[in-house]
Amino acid sequence: MSGTTTTKVLATYDGYQADFDRLQGGADAVRASAALKSLRQDAMQHFHRLGFPTTRMEDWRFTSVAPIASRPYALGGPVHVAADQISRFLIPDLPGARLVFVNGRFSPALSETKAVPTGVDIQTLGDSLAGGLDAVEPYLGRLAVVAEQPFSALNTAFLQDGALIRVDDGVVLEDPVHVLFISTAPGEAAVTHPRVLVVAGENSQVGIVESYAGLRDTEYFTNAVTEIDAGAGSVVDHCKILRESLHARHVGRMQARLARNAVVLSHSITLGAAALVRNDISAVLDGEGAECTLNGLYVAGRNQHIDNHTTIDHASPHCASHEFYKGILDGDGRAVFNGKIIVRLDAQKTDAKQSNKALLLSDQAQVNTKPQLEIFADDVKCSHGASVGQLNEDMLFYLQARGLGRARARRMLIHAFAIDVLNRIRHEPLRTQLDLALLERLPAAAEEPA
Amino acid sequence: MLEITALHASVGGKDILRGIDLTVNAGEVHAIMGPNGSGKSTLAGLLAGRAEYTVTSGTVRYQGKDLLTMAPEDRARNGVFLAFQYPVEIPGVNNAYLLKAALNEVRKHRGEPELDAMEFMALVKKQLEVLEISPDLLNRPVNDGFSGGEKKRNEIFQMAVLEPKLAILDETDSGLDIDALQIVAKGVNALRRPERSTVVITHYQRMLNYIVPDFVHVLAEGRIVKSGGKALALELEAKGYGWIDGAAAEMGA
Ligand SMILES: Nc1ncnc2c1ncn2[C@@H]1O[C@H](COP(=O)(O)OP(=O)(O)OP(=O)(O)O)[C@@H](O)[C@H]1O
Ligand SMILES: [Mg+2]
Repeated sequence: MSGTTTTKVLATYDGYQADFDRLQGGADAVRASAALKSLRQDAMQHFHRLGFPTTRMEDWRFTSVAPIASRPYALGGPVHVAADQISRFLIPDLPGARLVFVNGRFSPALSETKAVPTGVDIQTLGDSLAGGLDAVEPYLGRLAVVAEQPFSALNTAFLQDGALIRVDDGVVLEDPVHVLFISTAPGEAAVTHPRVLVVAGENSQVGIVESYAGLRDTEYFTNAVTEIDAGAGSVVDHCKILRESLHARHVGRMQARLARNAVVLSHSITLGAAALVRNDISAVLDGEGAECTLNGLYVAGRNQHIDNHTTIDHASPHCASHEFYKGILDGDGRAVFNGKIIVRLDAQKTDAKQSNKALLLSDQAQVNTKPQLEIFADDVKCSHGASVGQLNEDMLFYLQARGLGRARARRMLIHAFAIDVLNRIRHEPLRTQLDLALLERLPAAAEEPA
Repeated sequence: MLEITALHASVGGKDILRGIDLTVNAGEVHAIMGPNGSGKSTLAGLLAGRAEYTVTSGTVRYQGKDLLTMAPEDRARNGVFLAFQYPVEIPGVNNAYLLKAALNEVRKHRGEPELDAMEFMALVKKQLEVLEISPDLLNRPVNDGFSGGEKKRNEIFQMAVLEPKLAILDETDSGLDIDALQIVAKGVNALRRPERSTVVITHYQRMLNYIVPDFVHVLAEGRIVKSGGKALALELEAKGYGWIDGAAAEMGA
């Protein structure tokens, strides 16, 4: 076992093992097929071998997961949640199916599975895994690799439920599917391992909104994994919204593979008050002409640490990638942005753009930002830019000179900085909802530093 | 209305305004002319409340109150309006949204009810027509990508909607074509009331053909070195500032 080996951490591993044994052998196990059990077993072994990452590892240099590794999180159990408790996390006027999970388990009462067109399959992983792995093969676990990623391994070891969205070749699903993961830990700190698998057939189109929210200000840990397989010529629009509550810790991985001419749009919007967030977003451009866009926005306030690690792997020629991240930091908020772009030897005519901007609202806030270009081909266009700045005093003065109070002027400019990212989201109702969530998040951030 | 007495101000330790005395009464139009770098925009910015200037001595009273201790937004709400020489581009803030917010701040301060979106649009439509501004500019981010002339027109448009008591126009005529100049002047003149005052900063006499000043002042090296009636502007146009610089040297001696 690598990693930190304090007694606390050892107790954590023991705790996960005990929960794992209960999962594999307990009442729930009745529903699990032998194939699923062996998939979990294999993942659990990898997790023990890999261990929790430490800050000695390059990819985790600025983000310590010690708060996660040094305490036991019990496997989240079923809790009754009423519809009005989650209403503020829904997206009014966004048509389409909605799958709601509470503490990792599907809630039929809160969900709405409308009739979907032929050629579209929306189901819970709980259902699809009950009969074996046939429904998810060969996609599940192909992109989120348990042998290399400790948190993916842990997620797979506890694989129980989640969302499966499959769209057949040539089928266009107009309305995005909303998958909402709610955490509510009434007593002890709980962990959930949400899983989403999206398989887009050739020339198909599908949109997914994946949101994570906490109902109470209690400690919990969300360990999410999303895999997207975008078939040739498909268009996949994915939006991940974090509105986790105070004291929450969220580690999430989104892993996409793009076949020839596929287009993947990823929006990662981190609002909420979570103490620790680590987003790993990764796309492999695995066929000529593929195009991927990664947009991101985060707000890191007091006592928050938000880490966005993105990787774009140009594994084929004639592919394009655009990356656009913005962050707002105030209080003693911390953020990390690491944008890795790999251009493989034969990925000629690659066009890769990366931009990453941070707005610091206080002297104590801090951001570590790093582009990481690994270019092995010679005929490529690669550009990257990073900036860290404060609110512009000339703009503030202009607004004040028009009669706006300083706090209001600040809020207006912070919002203006962020709206740029939200404006890139295609679905209007989603944009509106996110704008409201952003505005709700901003007042604290608009206070003048002392 | 406005009473500036022996005003000295510096930026970053450098003295820029070096003893300004100026009184603007209600209903008057004053023009301020003067060479580049003489301190005209500094004076204008200082009156509007720009923070980077340090007043080292002197006083400014506005409507009998100490203007210098008021926050910029309070000055604006009390009727001070600065049309910027270089209006700032603010991507992400909608022009109409800002103007509505600004107007409602002023109205709140005056104890008038705030306008809703419909009432606001009705009021604004009138002014757009007077100033011949394309409604399209309303729905764009503030000054973002506006042409030089569009930015200046937008400043006057804001002024027309906000109806200030003391308007300070800092080189609003620079960058305007001849037609636009007349339109902007029409907008300014339409606002003229016995209870309102205007300070026009300009390099060109032409603007003063349309907005006729009661007084013309020459600012050089941080001081008002000469004041007169509108004829002074014509004289400056013909002779330049050279002859006054001499006068300034004499005065300083
Ligand atoms: N922030 C600053 N730091 C240093 N010097 C400044 C600053 N702001 C203004 N100045 C200086 O103060 C002087 C007066 O500038 P100001 O902009 O008031 O001139 P002006 O009369 O408006 O000129 P123009 O006709 O070119 O608009 C100039 O020498 C200018 O460089
Ligand atoms: Mg000037």
